[in-house]
Amino acid sequence: MPKERFNEQECLPRLCKFLPEQSPLKDFIHHNTLHAYQHLPFHRAMKEASGRFGYQTYLGLPEYRAMLAKGKIRYPVLERVVRERKGPESEPLWMDKLLHGEFTPDYSGTIGQLRNAWKDQVKVNLDKQVHPVLFRVVGAYLDQGVSIWKFPGRDMPFLDAVRTLEKQAHWGLFRSPRVKKFLQEPPDLSKILTLLVGEDSWFETYLFDMAFAHPGWSGMIATLEKKPGHLMSPRQVSLRDFLYFELLLELDQLDRKLGEGWLPLARQIQDIPPKHKHQQTSEYFELCTLFQIALEWSYFDAVLEGIRTNRNEKEEEKEGNKPFQALFCIDDRECSLRRYIELREPGCRTYGTAGHFNLDMYFQPEGARFLSKVCPVPVNPGHIVEETGRIRKHDRDLHFHPHSHGAFGGWVLSQLLGVWSAIRLSLSIFRPGPTPAMVSSVRHMAPEGKLALSYNGKQSREGLRYGYTHEEMAERMHGLLLGVGIRNDLDPLVYLIGHGASSVNNTHYAGYDCGACSGRPGSVNSRAAALMLNMPEVRHLLAKRGIFIPETTWFIAGLHDTTRDEILFYDESEIPGPLLSAHEQIKRSFTDALSDNARERARRFSSIDLSWSRQKIHKAVIKRSMSLFEPRPEWNHANNALCLIGKRERFEHLFLDRRAFMHSYDAGMDTDGKLLANILETVIPVCGGINLEYYFSRVDNNRLGAGSKLSHNVAGLIGVVNGIDGDLRTGLPMQMVNIHDPLRMLFVVEQKPDVVVRAMEQKPAAREWVWKGWVHLVAFDPESKVFFRFEETGYVSYSPSETGIEKNTDIRFEQDDSLPVYQIRE
Amino acid sequence: MMSSNYFIIGFVLIPLLGFLISLLIPANREKSLASLAFYLLALNGLALVAFSFWWLVSNPVPMNFREWSLYDSKEYTFVIDFYFDAVSCVYLLVGALISLLVVRFSRYYLHREPGYKRYFNTILFFYLAYNFTVLSGNFETLFAGWEMLGISSFLLIAFYRDRYLPVRNSLKVFSIYRIGDVGILLAMWGMHHLWHQNIFFSELVDSNAVSAHISKHVVFSSFIGLSILLAASAKSALVPFSSWLPRAMEGPTPSSAIFYGSLSVHFGLFLLMRTEHFWQHLDGLRWTIGVLGFFTAAIGFLVARVQVTVKSQIAYASITQIGIMVLELALGLEKLVLFHFAGNAFLRTYQLLVSPSIISYVIRDQTYHAEKEVRSNFFNSGRLACSYYLLALKEWNLEAFLNRVVFRNIKLIGRRLDFFTPMNVAFIVFPLYALGVWLLVNREQLPAEVLRYLPGLFAFFAMIMVFKSFSERRYPRLAWVMVVMAHFWVYLSISFNEMLTLQQSVLYLGGIISGGVLGLIALNLLRKREREFFDLNAYYGHYYEYPRLAALLFIAVLSVMGFPVSSTFLGEDLVFSHIHEDQYVLAIFNSIMYIVGGISLIRIFARLFWGPHIKTYHSRTLKSA
Repeated sequence: MPKERFNEQECLPRLCKFLPEQSPLKDFIHHNTLHAYQHLPFHRAMKEASGRFGYQTYLGLPEYRAMLAKGKIRYPVLERVVRERKGPESEPLWMDKLLHGEFTPDYSGTIGQLRNAWKDQVKVNLDKQVHPVLFRVVGAYLDQGVSIWKFPGRDMPFLDAVRTLEKQAHWGLFRSPRVKKFLQEPPDLSKILTLLVGEDSWFETYLFDMAFAHPGWSGMIATLEKKPGHLMSPRQVSLRDFLYFELLLELDQLDRKLGEGWLPLARQIQDIPPKHKHQQTSEYFELCTLFQIALEWSYFDAVLEGIRTNRNEKEEEKEGNKPFQALFCIDDRECSLRRYIELREPGCRTYGTAGHFNLDMYFQPEGARFLSKVCPVPVNPGHIVEETGRIRKHDRDLHFHPHSHGAFGGWVLSQLLGVWSAIRLSLSIFRPGPTPAMVSSVRHMAPEGKLALSYNGKQSREGLRYGYTHEEMAERMHGLLLGVGIRNDLDPLVYLIGHGASSVNNTHYAGYDCGACSGRPGSVNSRAAALMLNMPEVRHLLAKRGIFIPETTWFIAGLHDTTRDEILFYDESEIPGPLLSAHEQIKRSFTDALSDNARERARRFSSIDLSWSRQKIHKAVIKRSMSLFEPRPEWNHANNALCLIGKRERFEHLFLDRRAFMHSYDAGMDTDGKLLANILETVIPVCGGINLEYYFSRVDNNRLGAGSKLSHNVAGLIGVVNGIDGDLRTGLPMQMVNIHDPLRMLFVVEQKPDVVVRAMEQKPAAREWVWKGWVHLVAFDPESKVFFRFEETGYVSYSPSETGIEKNTDIRFEQDDSLPVYQIRE
Repeated sequence: MMSSNYFIIGFVLIPLLGFLISLLIPANREKSLASLAFYLLALNGLALVAFSFWWLVSNPVPMNFREWSLYDSKEYTFVIDFYFDAVSCVYLLVGALISLLVVRFSRYYLHREPGYKRYFNTILFFYLAYNFTVLSGNFETLFAGWEMLGISSFLLIAFYRDRYLPVRNSLKVFSIYRIGDVGILLAMWGMHHLWHQNIFFSELVDSNAVSAHISKHVVFSSFIGLSILLAASAKSALVPFSSWLPRAMEGPTPSSAIFYGSLSVHFGLFLLMRTEHFWQHLDGLRWTIGVLGFFTAAIGFLVARVQVTVKSQIAYASITQIGIMVLELALGLEKLVLFHFAGNAFLRTYQLLVSPSIISYVIRDQTYHAEKEVRSNFFNSGRLACSYYLLALKEWNLEAFLNRVVFRNIKLIGRRLDFFTPMNVAFIVFPLYALGVWLLVNREQLPAEVLRYLPGLFAFFAMIMVFKSFSERRYPRLAWVMVVMAHFWVYLSISFNEMLTLQQSVLYLGGIISGGVLGLIALNLLRKREREFFDLNAYYGHYYEYPRLAALLFIAVLSVMGFPVSSTFLGEDLVFSHIHEDQYVLAIFNSIMYIVGGISLIRIFARLFWGPHIKTYHSRTLKSA
């Protein structure tokens, strides 16, 4: 704790760092929930975060033990982990504790202790009176389109708007005269804190307590202060104004309850509340750490062993005429689809790349008032791609019309619409179909429209350029192809497949789309990339850079709907005649593979009877994307655990149960690690972010996740609350994570360890994830076939424990739980 | 007639059967639970459609079915009676369709939810209560259904019983429902005396007779009418009770849709329609109802416009329409009201069920269409507009108003009795009670003047005891015993009017004594294990560790508060029939005692067993979330 005087400028950024950083739901992006602790080693961070905020940061011991009993945690691995971390001599002792020890964890945390004194000792329940008013006022100010009567003065900064309202209204929010006066003065936190708390060194603790009594709203304000662009109807908020307003509400409440002349908290309570004491290594956390590591490596060892058993050295054989190549997003949901495509078209080659296809751009849908960013969040795009020729059709639904909430309008509508509502409701329950309410992946970009890709000298006001020059296109495409290890052996047909999702009644819909496209479907990117690669000018420039595209090669873009398992191909009319029949044939294989994929996913869908035919199951899967009553249109990234970076041949003999992100990479093309550095820079934060958000939402769904979504209520279009007086909920709803096994992600890189070191040196931010243990990284030396595990101290060779990978070419997809690693081909 | 009786009984028995079977199905059998509910409701719905069709075609006149006489003696009868007319027909049809859809919806929506079974149990119980109330042919039957509705509502709002807000709000809604119940109790008592017997709704249809009779007792009839209006206002969230409706939206969305969007919230209106033939003869009352409807619509309209959460917006929009329906009813447009009710119920159900879609829908809309520039005018700028905006944002302070006027006063009175502790209570109350009994035994010797006031005095004691119980913060067992003892005071006070027979006494006190003892056992067991966390200052969430004790205490609560499974329910009614026509005060004291006593019992249960668990060895949700 700082010894010096309270300093607002230093305190607020510290507070801001710890608050949840979740954007409004339309821009939902997965990120590490506990990003504030990322500078610390993972296990220490878990302990500190838990000690301070009371989060549960691991599964409970009973859950780990159940996993041990089920074989999900393998006994030999657990023993090995204990030996490694505790030394062989204390192994029996720790094993005993792990298996039989009784421990009572404590998730109370130190947060809130100081401010609770108001309730416990002074007997004033501030939360009960202050929170409803606070949430209502700030919610009404920020509202993006729920309320009909908007906040007066919403164009002004938050505090000004409140001031004006308070001045104008005949009866205000505040009652205490001095608070009314403070409101009109420039905000000075220490002044109010002096009155409320009194003791300078407690101010920061008090502000933390106050802000973390409702982390959802505090975090939203802090995020919007940093990135106001998330709001379509702009508002000006700052954490300081927000906290000042809340302090004034508290002061007002205390004035009301205690009358004039009450003493600040420091003068009312005897004992100074405990400071954040440095947490001692408590045994409980040690046990969780051991179990957690064992859980992770029980699975990872099987994967690594599977990789090593690959006897597929027949790369030479594969030369010659191959039907096609297909590039997919690295997304774990493409893992199984690629497996089925390879199975149906044995000669084809599939690749994985980040789903923005190396394009840094905004997309401007025709007629839209806003730009959509369609590249990874950290990237600052300099280009806009416009859509033209959309045949616009926006379905309306009167049920969302503001008039239905009015007196007369409601009177008319409830009489007229009422009967219609009954019919609609019956239909949507018994025969779900497309409705205006649903989110559809294909709506993002109109298939019949065109993309204006070429730069024509036009610039936006912000200095963004409309389109790319040919040189710029070639540069992006060069990076794309080289990044996945394609240099010159291109087949006649090359598919670029982005992905998106469709759902209805899903407030977290943005989290279902492509993370590399800032939570939008990847259709614009795949289509733009294919168009670029088909341009003769671009091909010419690429040839200069050493990538030769045969004239007979054609690129076809598509969008894979991961919920419905459908692929929509773009610009099929442009495909050269000779390739058409081949494309039609491949399309049929795609369709079959998609049905296979739907069948595999269906094992986790309770609404589907697995004895149905494949077609019927696929239809039922599609229906789920349109069903109002389906809280899980798809399982999204549940159970993600791996990210494989290397040649597809290295992994394609393995069944990984949709748990792996996959990025193609040719170690031979990258002796200096430059390509790998670029890959790691994007892939580690994106996949690691997804993985950790799932981890934390799973281990503590109450505090770090959003709880059950069944009772969620949309507030101001920016977030969800429970009931009407609740705080905004951040993280993932329980329905997204309840089958997720919380494993930190293992990155497997097929490359010599020294090159990996060189690559990571270029990207220290990505390296920190590995060094601090927020993700695991193992390099697989393609020559020596040895694994190297990376730690902060460097790398050590690693040999996975023998598990014996079962060979299974006819997997029965029936059980709900994750399946083990199988070898599915020689 | 005979066969139609089978149908009518079926509409109650089918849900009852469904509810009972659903209790027996293991919690992990999601499919069996959902299928049971769905097919029974579908069967019920088909039978209903067939019956309604037959009724419409053959002879659509109201029908009355005298089912079971639960208690029959010379001066007092308690009959379960069913009644079928256009109002019940529409309510039953709308209820059947919406419930069927919601059950189907929930089958998938609740998949993997830990409370799956509990949810379906409660929905089936609610549906039973719904049909029971809609079909009721007299006040006694209606009251039974009414109480069942209240409990199922309470259970569904607190579906997430490990969180703070749902539990607090369920208690709040339950309390307001109980305030409404005061109205029903008083109306029942009043009707009994007005007609010198328990009245059937079918008897109210004879307009001329009713009119003639009422004109002889205008004041007393108006009193009854106001009581009915109180009950209706609480149940249908009319002003000043409106603020409970949005706060009830704490359970899973489909349950909010069925309860607060559509069915439950229209019951106040139903009560007004059921008793329309009674109050339409009283012009003053008719005006009052109309004005109340108008104000509800106006305030609901203003508040709905500023809501930033979807569900509260729908709730206030619904309140607005219900206000208009009440106004329509006061104007005598009964057919329109029925149509309006059905439309509003369907509309709000659908709106609630698709409410999560609003983000993507409106965001897409805004992407392509500029927000309409609101030109500033008298209504949205200037001092008056700001004032009304703020007032609407604060829901016209209705919440604070109710707290101040009702609950805080009860607490203030109760706090005066803080000198009662478990140590001394026996020394104060028992001698006093002994004195009361002594007075009862020697009542012949007492002067008439004194005798006149004694029942009221003892009923007052009873009322004060439940106030004390309601405001008790430290001793749960004291609060419990106070409610039990209050019933004994009531018993004593009634005995001054006329002695209850042994059978009647058993009826009344049986449920209270057995429930009281059961509750004490449960409380003692809990105290023995959790001495540290055993008071009424906070929510302790003990159900997490003691689910069985929680169930035990809940049953005890139902028994003592005279829920329709306990004989005390009959007894309560019986007691009221013993209050003389001129004993307004006694009637009011007694009904307040029942109501506050019920609230207090539920409060003891909720504070001890529900809410975020006090122990921190597992993850819990923040209080604010």
